[in-house]
Amino acid sequence: MWGILRRSAVDGGGFSASSLRRTRFALVSARSYAAGSKEMTVRDALNSAIDEEMSADPKVFVMGEEVGQYQGAYKITKGLLEKYGPERVYDTPITEAGFTGIGVGAAYAGLKPVVEFMTFNFSMQAIDHIINSAAKSNYMSAGQINVPIVFRGPNGAAAGVGAQHSQCYAAWYASVPGLKVLAPYSAEDARGLLKAAIRDPDPVVFLENELLYGESFPISEEALDSSFCLPIGKARIEREGKDVTITTFSKMVGFVLKAAEKLAEEGISAEVINLRSIRPLDRATINASVRKTSRLVTVEEGFPQHGVCAEICASVVEESFSYLDAPVERIAGADVPMPYAANLERLALPQVEDIVRAAKRACYRSK
Amino acid sequence: MATSFSATLPLHGSQENRLLLPPIRLAPLPSSFLGSTRSLTIPSSRRLYHAHAARRSPVVGVQEVVKEKKVTNSLLITKEEGLVLYEDMILGRSFEDMCAQMYYRGKMFGFVHLYNGQEAVSTGFIKLLTQSDSVVSTYRDHVHALSKGVSARAVMSELFGKVTGCCRGQGGSMHMFSKEHNMLGGFAFIGEGIPVATGAAFTSKYKREVLKQDCEDVTVAFFGDGTCNNGQFYECLNMAALYKLPIIFVVENNLWAIGMSHLRSTSDPEIWKKGPAFGMPGVHVDGMDVLKVREVAKEAVMRARRGEGPTLVECETYRFRGHSLADPDELRDAAEKAKYAARDPITALKKYLVENKLASEGELKTIEKKIDELVEEAVEFADASPQPGRSQLLENVFADPKGFGIGPDGRYRCEDPKFTEGTAQV
Repeated sequence: MWGILRRSAVDGGGFSASSLRRTRFALVSARSYAAGSKEMTVRDALNSAIDEEMSADPKVFVMGEEVGQYQGAYKITKGLLEKYGPERVYDTPITEAGFTGIGVGAAYAGLKPVVEFMTFNFSMQAIDHIINSAAKSNYMSAGQINVPIVFRGPNGAAAGVGAQHSQCYAAWYASVPGLKVLAPYSAEDARGLLKAAIRDPDPVVFLENELLYGESFPISEEALDSSFCLPIGKARIEREGKDVTITTFSKMVGFVLKAAEKLAEEGISAEVINLRSIRPLDRATINASVRKTSRLVTVEEGFPQHGVCAEICASVVEESFSYLDAPVERIAGADVPMPYAANLERLALPQVEDIVRAAKRACYRSK
Repeated sequence: MATSFSATLPLHGSQENRLLLPPIRLAPLPSSFLGSTRSLTIPSSRRLYHAHAARRSPVVGVQEVVKEKKVTNSLLITKEEGLVLYEDMILGRSFEDMCAQMYYRGKMFGFVHLYNGQEAVSTGFIKLLTQSDSVVSTYRDHVHALSKGVSARAVMSELFGKVTGCCRGQGGSMHMFSKEHNMLGGFAFIGEGIPVATGAAFTSKYKREVLKQDCEDVTVAFFGDGTCNNGQFYECLNMAALYKLPIIFVVENNLWAIGMSHLRSTSDPEIWKKGPAFGMPGVHVDGMDVLKVREVAKEAVMRARRGEGPTLVECETYRFRGHSLADPDELRDAAEKAKYAARDPITALKKYLVENKLASEGELKTIEKKIDELVEEAVEFADASPQPGRSQLLENVFADPKGFGIGPDGRYRCEDPKFTEGTAQV
């Protein structure tokens, strides 16, 4: 398109300098429109990330229930069996402890497994291997044996799936030294963090969210490049603000952004931080933000006691106490197993109104 | 026969698997393991535990005992029994079909796993149990709950998430509990119910031996073929045999775990063989035939009640629908589905009752009509029931709500009458 217009500008002859400038300006904005309008679902982002890492490194393989012939229980591994064959995409029997153990053993011996849990609730059947065989090995062996494995799958509540399918495991895994715990939100997060996780020499717990899989996000050209990678341990400021800092991760980022819109209407400018990495936690970004705004609201979907929010509050109180103008606020899921009934489930999870209310409380705008 | 069967299987990782093989590789196999077309007679499954009988004398093969009580007439059931079985299977089928309709209308949500095609197993076993016997199941538990006696209204309301449900709307499709009927769940994780069932059987034995109560209760654990690759299954087989627990392990082998064929995930697919390895009889029965299942169940339940220990029963069955209502069910071959649809347990029982003059078509039609009305009434009831109140969110977390701790005023939180009105901010 550039070429045609340039030729017409040159051949036209009658084009004045100003009209040429106008033309070029129009072309430039047309190009940036085209770049910004590229969208990708989180599902495709994850799929492309695994695909590219598998083609780049033959030691990477995928293992899990229904990842092959069924194309993935949530279609994240779609097409991988056809592309890489059954030697690199393993459909396992329903035996989490067994196949997680096999994955860890393969990582000990030098391969790079990507182990999928159909939901992270099922990882409880394999948690011994994640913690004791994977997380602690590099330490116990004094650096001789590192475990370059990725455990990934949907985490947290979905819609109406009951108590045994809805728990959030971020806090549990993030409390273990030796593990890295990541929680993407957008498609770009998903792609960049998963690629970083697969390339990482340590065990990574990658917490996705079932309800985000189908959501589309704009994605930059840079993120589509096959060497794109996001740094582990760095949070992202999704929205700049000056009145209150709201930190969160995974699906709740969407809720918090909506809450920030509502707060903006009322004159409160909220700074939204997407944690991206639960362990290591980006305390520097969080504290710098709190020192700027003087108020903190932390949001998560999981159980309140000993949650990710608790850790953030502790960190802020320890490091930025004199900057705080209001008590720190925690919004978490209700302290109950997830009920099945639709109205109770809505009550058990943080909603946009809860976040708005807490932010206003922190800004002393309401009781 | 068993060894030749194993040898014909293309094992995962072999050269043949390089191409995407069509999922149905079962057809050419000669053994009657899949697709048994035996007519309704006394179970004639030959592949029974007998090899180890010499070594372990107290464990008797089921086949031998059944042979001993030669029936004088050729009928296996009376008219009353037949009608009870028929009604139970029709209830299971109609209920599940109604669930599918309601799901697509948005009245039900989340994960719903339907039992169509497997009714013979539930009816065959559970109709032999008393109210105080326990049943433990998986997420495919609606029909187990119904057979055990939980009312259709209670189950349907639970599925709609209403307060009149058997778990007040807090459990959902996969978590049907009923203390009154000793339905101990409804578990989402496969294999999770097996240790729980083993524990219930343990309690039964404990009551008898330690508490000196008169307790003949048995427990039946239902689970699928996928579960048989899970460690908990083996751990419980070992302990049940070791402690001689009154439990029956019922494998509903429907050949598929979501999209994973049983043959692709199991090194030795004949599950009944795993019983003798742990010292209990292993029986294989045609799970599409309620009368055969019932005969095997009778013997297994009697064994358990007599204190002779556990039995492993593998029922070859099939689910007519997908794994759940969200499963597109693309991997199963149409020919396989048609083959099992032809062996529909309800049609088979109907044929048996009519041919043996135990019931007329008219009587069976009356039953079908009665069940249709019952299921529709259950839907109306569930629709009209209220959703759980806000205060229910914090109820039933603990049996002793002091577990919520002491509030800022120094009193237990649960003593504050406004305690359950809070939300996520509590």
